[in-house]
Amino acid sequence: MTPTVPPATELATAAVAVSGATKVFSTRAGDVHALSAVDLTVAAGEFVSLIGPSGCGKSTLLRLIADLDTPTAGSLAVFGKPARQARLDQDYGIAFQQAGLLPWRTVTANITLPLELHGMSAPDRQQRAAELIAMVGLDEFAGAFPDQLSGGMQQRVAIARSLAAGPRLLLMDEPFGALDEMTRERMQTELTRIAAETGAAVVFVTHSIPEAVYLSDRVVVMSARPGRITEIVDIPFKGVRDEALRESPAFFERVTAVREALHGAPIDRANER
Amino acid sequence: MRGTATRNAILWGVVGILLIVVVWELYKTFAPDDGIVLFAVEGERRSGIRVSPRASDRAMPHLFDIVQALFQPVSGQGTPILINLVALGVLRTLGYAAVGWIIALIVALVLALVMQRWRLAEWGVLPWVVVSQTVPLIAFAPILATIGFQLNEQGIAWPQWLTVSVIASYLAFFPMTVGALRGLTSVDRTQLELMHSYAAGYWATLIKLRLPAAVPHLLPALRLGATTAIIGAIVAEVSIGVGGGIGGLLIGTAGQGTSDPAKPWGPVLGAVALGFIAVGIVALISLLLSRFRRQEATA
Repeated sequence: MTPTVPPATELATAAVAVSGATKVFSTRAGDVHALSAVDLTVAAGEFVSLIGPSGCGKSTLLRLIADLDTPTAGSLAVFGKPARQARLDQDYGIAFQQAGLLPWRTVTANITLPLELHGMSAPDRQQRAAELIAMVGLDEFAGAFPDQLSGGMQQRVAIARSLAAGPRLLLMDEPFGALDEMTRERMQTELTRIAAETGAAVVFVTHSIPEAVYLSDRVVVMSARPGRITEIVDIPFKGVRDEALRESPAFFERVTAVREALHGAPIDRANER
Repeated sequence: MRGTATRNAILWGVVGILLIVVVWELYKTFAPDDGIVLFAVEGERRSGIRVSPRASDRAMPHLFDIVQALFQPVSGQGTPILINLVALGVLRTLGYAAVGWIIALIVALVLALVMQRWRLAEWGVLPWVVVSQTVPLIAFAPILATIGFQLNEQGIAWPQWLTVSVIASYLAFFPMTVGALRGLTSVDRTQLELMHSYAAGYWATLIKLRLPAAVPHLLPALRLGATTAIIGAIVAEVSIGVGGGIGGLLIGTAGQGTSDPAKPWGPVLGAVALGFIAVGIVALISLLLSRFRRQEATA
């Protein structure tokens, strides 16, 4: 794992720089263009959501950044390195819709797993896990097993685990998709706090427009067949979000903007008809 | 909660044994000596179809007589007490089966690991694993015995009991291979991708993820393997003529069955005890591995 010298471009400072990324899956029914020449730059510390209908390639894009798949064409850089090198260097943490916790490990042992694999000493691992458990508010459950936790708690553990190696980039693929609405909103607020505390950039895949607007600095709207970016909506809210934001007119105005971008046309509001 | 469950399990176990005793004696008392025979022709021997076993003292001794025979010398004054021989035989056969079970476990894990790593190997090996079980034990037991004999002649020490263990392992490795393969391939895609994102290689993924995840599938296979190893060991003892184990005793006492019908039942009880011991040992193993049997509650 020799560190590569970052290329001398302004993209070197970006958390993620995608240019012309194309992904074609060959199936029996023919080629499927999951992504077609996508360009995207995510600045360090920036929160970017990817939203769009099924098949728009938002998860594929995330998987390319994570080096879980390789692009058919185009290039990707994560902190100025090839995606593969960034993965090997543990430059990102990742969380999926399923928590994917190991059922035979306690909360602490699940969080320390990535650290264990990278040879961190046991006392250091324990200390790091304790910090992260405190950050996600699970102090009483440090010794519990995953089957003793609710879905929301399991997802908190998954987030703590994704932060274990102290990454400056978090990749999240619908991490709250399986949670009930109340838990989901609470987790969203906590995520904005955690992202602000750690200063990590976040790439967040979601189906939910309010979720994308609430969390993000920018919402990337994508469309399907072929998967591409149709519009990028700027969200002006700064820093940690609170519950009052969800009821504010500015919030609804941005939700409408994203919805219009998704549908590709202005939408009549019921009260303005 | 846990305590009452254990008490209930023991209670039902005792009830089950008592039930067998009662059914045995009731049948013996009320069934005709020759069993229930349908379509029998009067005065013609061996005619008709027997639908239930004979209940004569020769075929079905009283349980009391069976227990009594256990505490009597095997053949006349000065010979060992039957139960001592049975206990010794149980231990011997348990040893043969245990060695066979361990050989089977190693073979099963190696085969399963190779098949999990290379799909091509799964297509190439699995059919042969299945076909191997259709070869009857009594067909190749003598061949293996001959090979062992020839190894000895060439100066390579190959005790006869090792042949018994190899035959036992031949029966046991099949369920264990299938269980191990299912276990190793049972991991979630999410968990595999997480390991990939941690830049964990094949061995780290195997030790931290695949092997622990395989345990819930492996445990029933270990139990099945233990019982088939015992059947294999007993049959192998009989077919290649190794004395001293429970298989040898079964054949030996069966020869005396005409004069003392209660005697052959001693080794039969020993074989039953052997099965219990084997399953008990595997239950202990699964107790030690209980942490790996936890399932993740769905979110």
